Amino acid sequence: MTAQRSSTVPEFRRRAEAALANERLQGALEGATGRFQDHRRQALAALPDADALRDHFKTMRAATLARLDEHLQTFERNASAVGARVHWARDGAEAGAIVSTIAAKRGVQLVAKTKSMATEEIRLNEALKAAGMTPVETDLGEWIIQLAEEPPFHIIAPAVHKTRAEVAELFSTEAGEPLPPDDIPRLTAAARRLLREKFLAAGLGITGANIGVAESGSIVLVTNEGNAEMVTSLPPVHVVVMGIEKIAPTWDDAAAWLALLARSATGQPLSIYTTVISGPARPEDPDGPEEVHIILLDNNRSQQLGTAYEEALQCIRCGACLNVCPVYKEAGGHAYGSPYSGPIGAVITPILFGLDAYAALPQASSLCGACLDVCPVRIDLPRMLLELRADEVEQRLLSWPERVAENAAAEVLKREWLLRWTSRLLRLLQRPFAREGHLRLPGSLSSAAGRPLPALAEKSFRQLWQEGALDE
Amino acid sequence: MDKPQRVALLVTCLVDQIMPEVGLAAVRVLQRAGLAVDFPTAQTCCGQPFFNSGFRRQAADLAKRTVEIFEPYEYVVAPSGSCVAMIRSEYPHLLAEWPDWQRRAQRLASHTYELSEFLVQIMEWPQPSDGPDSAETAATGTAVSYHDSCHMLRLLGLHGEPRRALSASGCSLREMDVSDRCCGFGGLFSLRLPEVANAMTAEKLDQAARAGAPTLVSADPGCLMQMRGMLPDDSPVILKHLAVVLEEQTR
Repeated sequence: MTAQRSSTVPEFRRRAEAALANERLQGALEGATGRFQDHRRQALAALPDADALRDHFKTMRAATLARLDEHLQTFERNASAVGARVHWARDGAEAGAIVSTIAAKRGVQLVAKTKSMATEEIRLNEALKAAGMTPVETDLGEWIIQLAEEPPFHIIAPAVHKTRAEVAELFSTEAGEPLPPDDIPRLTAAARRLLREKFLAAGLGITGANIGVAESGSIVLVTNEGNAEMVTSLPPVHVVVMGIEKIAPTWDDAAAWLALLARSATGQPLSIYTTVISGPARPEDPDGPEEVHIILLDNNRSQQLGTAYEEALQCIRCGACLNVCPVYKEAGGHAYGSPYSGPIGAVITPILFGLDAYAALPQASSLCGACLDVCPVRIDLPRMLLELRADEVEQRLLSWPERVAENAAAEVLKREWLLRWTSRLLRLLQRPFAREGHLRLPGSLSSAAGRPLPALAEKSFRQLWQEGALDE
Repeated sequence: MDKPQRVALLVTCLVDQIMPEVGLAAVRVLQRAGLAVDFPTAQTCCGQPFFNSGFRRQAADLAKRTVEIFEPYEYVVAPSGSCVAMIRSEYPHLLAEWPDWQRRAQRLASHTYELSEFLVQIMEWPQPSDGPDSAETAATGTAVSYHDSCHMLRLLGLHGEPRRALSASGCSLREMDVSDRCCGFGGLFSLRLPEVANAMTAEKLDQAARAGAPTLVSADPGCLMQMRGMLPDDSPVILKHLAVVLEEQTR
């Protein structure tokens, strides 16, 4: 099953409604996002000056993107010098073809993967399957949603919406024996055993990259399960798929990045494992891959440079904006129809995949600004959502009744006399239906999903003012 | 510095058409503070609804109109954080194409205030002579919860001002768990994705009920409109605009 890659307003509403009707899901979502928020707050408070670090990091990310081409070339040069092969992929199809070619030379059947949003973005697993390979996700959450054939629900917690019972059922099928939903140690032991077989048998390991460090040509990976160690050392070939924006020019920059990433994501000072890969195994190394390939993925990123959306490329995929977003907390991750959900997903999904298929996403925000408060890179997501809305108007992506209504309303409001006459007319028309401040029309006409719409007041303020209501 | 003598009321389109009692209350509060209040009748809407839904040209037209109407006044006060945020945070870049308008908009922004901001920062509420001290008020005052509206808090940075205005008028504050969680309004958002918006509002109203104060106060008519639509008949909470509470408390 392939999850649909789109989110029109009716689609978003339908999926959000399903999430809202699922009480268990709502509880899990509120609980998980609340815990992430609390932990983040504590972890940042433990830093001597988190705000200064965020400012510094923002400056670094902006400066890096301003000269991204140079940093990428430095990265390529230094990665090649330590024996990695660097490939450039314009889009997902090119990236998939590069992986397939590498795998074909080795006759690879089984591919072990770590969690990677970039490979979710380009649906690499489908390309691998089409080329006759079997990809296996080895991050526990990512494996769960792979078995369930679903897209991730949250950028850092892809299976946050799954219950123990659902996980037990998925694992039981995989293990070929019934596993009890209440016995978590047994479930994790089963996962460990099943995944261990995959690590050992895989001919190819695929990872994303949290950071690419230009000055040494290294890749940094963070995990909490240690699966990246396995994926990058047991199979003879390691392929990295890295978005071109994930570059840190120096190790100092990478240090600032790491200081904020886990703190913003889960509230950990550092994730349990931080793995640095600099090229393939050297002769003196006891283990490690014979080949390391790094695919630098563009997929519409470079097109954003120099536009109003360049700032979105500063994102480090910590997921903090999801955890504070009141829309995400209610609608859930699947409403977005994209591997990227929440406020950052609402911005990068349309710019990476196209605005017309994702017309709902710029609208999926009350513009409350909570995301900007918590972003470690202080990305102004509300500003970009407003830009995207202006693009939708310009590209005529809104329905015609909406365009007509907005234009008509503006024409009225530009003329005070017309406002007076229009509101007088509307007051007459609403008279039979207005009760206690709300309109009560038959059917769904006067309500927004059951919420009654407000009626105009019997007299406007300007009428009352002119009638001298304030003369005491 | 001498305190102002006159202010112009930017009543906002929602207050004008849907909740005029908020405008009346704002005028009375300002009058009781010793001010003469002007109401420039040509005013209609600041343009925010159009700006927030991407209709930039329409928003710019309304912004220019608003600048023209209000720039002659020394002080402009609005009973809405988000309309003031529109003028202060968005006009300058919305009008960036027209440097002259941009300059005029910036000048207007420098003397446009949200009601509680004006009372606390410019009129210097509370005066030392005002009523009981805060400790006493906390124990005996009218209990209210205050909803931080998003733009007022995050774009104008007004957190203490509405609370200080409320305590100065004799209210005691009972804070909600997350006073700055969005009420679900978001302008046209509440019509485009009403299921999500309503769920957000229900969460807000639950928090207000748990806070235990009989009155939930907001300084933004948009939030009030949204919350009124979702308020259960048996809710222990009533919803009031800040201006209305201040008016009742200063009678």
